[in-house]
Amino acid sequence: MASAAATVVASEEAGAIVLAAAGEWLVGAAGELDRRLRGFSLPSRRQVTLDLAGIDRLDTTGAWLLLRTEHDLIERGNAVELRNLREDFVPLLDQVRAGGRLAPTIHQRPAHHTLAGFIARIGRFTIGMFTRTYSVLGFFGLVCATAAELVTHPRRIRTVATISQIEQTGVNALGIVGLLSFLIGVVIAYQGADQLRRFGAEIYTVDLLGVSILRELGVLMTAIIIAGRSGSAFTAELGTMRVNEEIDAMRTIGLDPVEVLVMPRLSGLLVTLPLLTLYANLMALLGGCLMCQAVLGITIPQFIRELQYALYPRTFWIGVIKAPFFAAIIALIGCYEGFQVSRSAQSVGQMTTLSVVESIFLVIVTDAVFSVLFSILGI
Amino acid sequence: MRDGAGEPIIRVRGLVNRFGAQTIHDGLDLDVRRGEVLGIVGGSGSGKSVLLRSIVGLNRPVGGRIEVLGTDVLALDDRERRVLEQQWGVLFQDGALFSSLTVAQNIEVPLKEFYDMPPHLLGEIAAVKVGLTGLGEDAGAKYPAQLSGGMRKRAGLARALALDPEIVFLDEPTSGLDPIAAGEFDKLIRDLQQSLGLTVFMVTHDLDSLYAVCDRIAVLVDKKIRVGTLDELLRDDHPWIRSYFHGPRGRAAQISADEHSTTSRTPAAISA
Repeated sequence: MASAAATVVASEEAGAIVLAAAGEWLVGAAGELDRRLRGFSLPSRRQVTLDLAGIDRLDTTGAWLLLRTEHDLIERGNAVELRNLREDFVPLLDQVRAGGRLAPTIHQRPAHHTLAGFIARIGRFTIGMFTRTYSVLGFFGLVCATAAELVTHPRRIRTVATISQIEQTGVNALGIVGLLSFLIGVVIAYQGADQLRRFGAEIYTVDLLGVSILRELGVLMTAIIIAGRSGSAFTAELGTMRVNEEIDAMRTIGLDPVEVLVMPRLSGLLVTLPLLTLYANLMALLGGCLMCQAVLGITIPQFIRELQYALYPRTFWIGVIKAPFFAAIIALIGCYEGFQVSRSAQSVGQMTTLSVVESIFLVIVTDAVFSVLFSILGI
Repeated sequence: MRDGAGEPIIRVRGLVNRFGAQTIHDGLDLDVRRGEVLGIVGGSGSGKSVLLRSIVGLNRPVGGRIEVLGTDVLALDDRERRVLEQQWGVLFQDGALFSSLTVAQNIEVPLKEFYDMPPHLLGEIAAVKVGLTGLGEDAGAKYPAQLSGGMRKRAGLARALALDPEIVFLDEPTSGLDPIAAGEFDKLIRDLQQSLGLTVFMVTHDLDSLYAVCDRIAVLVDKKIRVGTLDELLRDDHPWIRSYFHGPRGRAAQISADEHSTTSRTPAAISA
């Protein structure tokens, strides 16, 4: 279709200029026609005839090019006549003319690509951070108030929903948490053995493994995996409910979304994250143990005996005590961002990303705070 | 307008669509004639949208044959399909505009994809389409999220018309619009159809649209299709068709159409 020739030829004829258009003036030929039309040096104050006899087919783009040429010629003070316009093209030309001669849209450079825009963005971001912190604290207060109310009215606790959350965030996460923890154990044992062997202190690989896993890595890894897996799910679930107006519907029925949606997720995660941490610790130690045997020839009984020397009960508790805090952060941020979704599908994705980034960030910050606290307390 | 008015431009034969155990279409035959506005109606779940999606190749039917402009769409390779796709435009229910692009950029997408054009010409063509579909001067620079439902549909139509197609598929063009906006959209479709010589395949629930713009109506009943002019269908005694056209809403639309028929409605059969 684009191949059929569309032409425009200029000639002089009895004192008038004739532009003869011919062929298929369709969108496919528009680029070429546009080049040729712009190539003409347009006359001024002359009699110009647009001869359209040769046009076989015309579409809106072709019509636009004709009208544009006519307009440009009139602008230059020419007297323009359209000649031999086929009857059946008239409605099309009228329609395009009726659409009006709108100025083409100029695509401005987005404001954030300029320096002023960059500075403005920093300012907006900073203010946004403060308002969001304020709003998250407000949400935290609301959740606490709801929790207090549930303690006094325990019949309103949603047991089934909570158990379902425990299954989704805990039981269903066993595979991924177990596998990753096992691999972390393998990596730490291997790296530790590699370094400590130079001092002939291979046996301390067990101490390194035990202390680092139990105090820090077990709980931290679990929290990060759960933030990515369940925190994002919370945001996406609640966000989708907001897009569908389900949360508004809930309110009109007289259900409290915080009580119905947030509390089961929060309490479910408060149960599962410590349990998952315990499980992750065991899997990581198992991985480390097998690696020690493979690389260093430390047998399993030897490994267990060394572990008993290295660890105290508090080593374990220092790790696990952090789990409920991390759980609360993940659940609160996940649900909060879910409620922030506006009524577009796009914002579900944005908020989910934000929720994961924020909760991982806060988990690591909290972990650092705990480390400082423990070192001050001398634990 | 274009030559050969009245000949079938879309020919569907023995179409079968099945999802799981549920049969949607069972041996459906349909002809769409060049230059007509064909309205597709049917109950919810009767497979109106599936029929549209099958013709434009978004849904591969289980059986049957679909010809558009004389080529079998189910037997095309990718290159042939791209050529054919330039001959039709689709308006999806809520416009389906690309949300990260402005209206003008949305219209430019198909132009850029298929043709080599200088940027200023792209901008001009987009502006022409914006004007054609009755959007305001500043609409081209707006993002879809900044538009009302009616404007989104107009912008979607502008994008569907970007390549000056011969056939336009409209999926419930007036759903979600207030009656005034719906009436204006009907008029827009009618105007463009007549001046651009389009063939329009319109899935709709809107009885007023049927009366206002359609030359013929295809009713999806019993997994098949019955086509006829409005008058023929009004005489049909299939129970669903009877209750559709003779129910309270059908009668109300008929009355309002009769009131306007003297002023606004000109059958395309005459102009074609």
